[in-house]
This record gives sequence, C-alpha cells and structure tokens, in this order.
Amino acid sequence: MTYLTRSSISVEALLADVSTPECGGTCAFLGTVRDGPEEHGVTAIEYSAYEEMVEGELGRIVAEVRERWSGARVAVRHRLGRIPAGEASIAIVTAAPHRAQAFEACRYVIEEVKRRVPVWKKELRVDGTEVWVDPSGRPTVRLSDRPTHA
Amino acid sequence: MERPSPSGTIRVRFFARYAELVGRAEAAVAVPLPATVGDVVRRVRDELPGGRGLPERPLAAVNLKHVKLDASVRDGDEVALLPPIAGG
Repeated sequence: MTYLTRSSISVEALLADVSTPECGGTCAFLGTVRDGPEEHGVTAIEYSAYEEMVEGELGRIVAEVRERWSGARVAVRHRLGRIPAGEASIAIVTAAPHRAQAFEACRYVIEEVKRRVPVWKKELRVDGTEVWVDPSGRPTVRLSDRPTHA
Repeated sequence: MERPSPSGTIRVRFFARYAELVGRAEAAVAVPLPATVGDVVRRVRDELPGGRGLPERPLAAVNLKHVKLDASVRDGDEVALLPPIAGG
C-alpha cells in the first residue's frame, strides 16, 4: 500500500476503495494549494516528505481509525512534488455505517496528518521568491534570508 | 585498565529546510555509546558545516517513529531530524 503519489489525486479511485453496501455515510476531504489574500501570490507549493516514515505513520493512523470507529473504511493519498495553486495536495475519504462516524473519522485523519506525518512545503510565489511554511500556515524563513556558511 | 566505550555509527537524515541548512540529505555520525538522540543532535550541530543553524531541540524520529530527544540510539539506527511538520 502506498499513500503517496506524484500525480493528480483521483478522488473517484479513493471513493471506489472505500465503497461498500454496509456503509451508509461517505465523507471526502480535499486539502488544496491556497493562494488567498494572505499568501502573497502563491503559484504552487513544492511538497517534500520523509517518504518511508509517511507510509508508516499513515498506516498507523488508518489502523487507529479502524479501531476507533467500528466498520469504518479509509482511503488516503498525499501528493508530493510541485502542486499548482487550486489543486489537491491531500485527499481523505472515509466511509462508515452512519454519517457521524464518517465525518469524525475524516476529521481525525486530517488532524493527525497535520500533527504527525512528516511532510513539508515550500511556497513558490509569483515574484520568484520561495518560502518554507510553518505549521500555522505562516511563512517562516525566506530562503534569501538564510544564513550562509563558508 | 579502562576499556574504551564502544562507539556507534548513526545514519542521520535531514529534510526540507534542515537539509538546506547543512547542505546534505544525510550523514554518518559516530557517537560513544550509550547515547541518546539528543547526543546525536549535539554532535551534528558541533561537527557538520551549517549544523549550528539547526535547533538544539528539533523534532526527531528513530527508525521511522517519532521519539523524544532522551530516547536511546543504537549502532546502525537511523535518526531523522524533522522540521516543523506542514503536511496536508
């Protein structure tokens, strides 16, 4: 099982992965690359990861969902590489016997991803600058401000 | 006569901004055993060019699992220093 891709994410494929007549509620979450008023002209985000650990950590999160919400099914993809503004970087689809469990499980997965899964992003801006982003979503270090080392 | 303490070789991996700071994706670091992740971080900050740019207390993983800095390391372990996580 791999949770990572370098291509566009197919939500339909994830929906098909979790589909079963026993589940009456299905919840899909997409995280997309944002270029809002606070983003200063983000054209794309370059995503990188500790890939082996991402696979392990997402596997543990999926197992936790199955344990917490009986009968729940989960499909997750995180995209890496350069992702243009407006396209999805992550898709999570959960299905459960009832809708409340599907919503809760989906929320659980994205919050745990944000907390535990080693992925990093660098904003690529329209003015040519590149900025690492910190977990609060605020840029931290402009690459041009990095200390240089002899 | 005192026996010299055994030494272990730790594979240290760097990602994202940290990899840029030290100019590499990984390094082999020798530490006297027993040692903790914190000892490995100190060694990296002292010995690698650019290492001082790394925080004294970064997030860390050993063999693909999150750990605290007082976790012990063994010869052959893989220690990853993780910048603040920003996935999703």
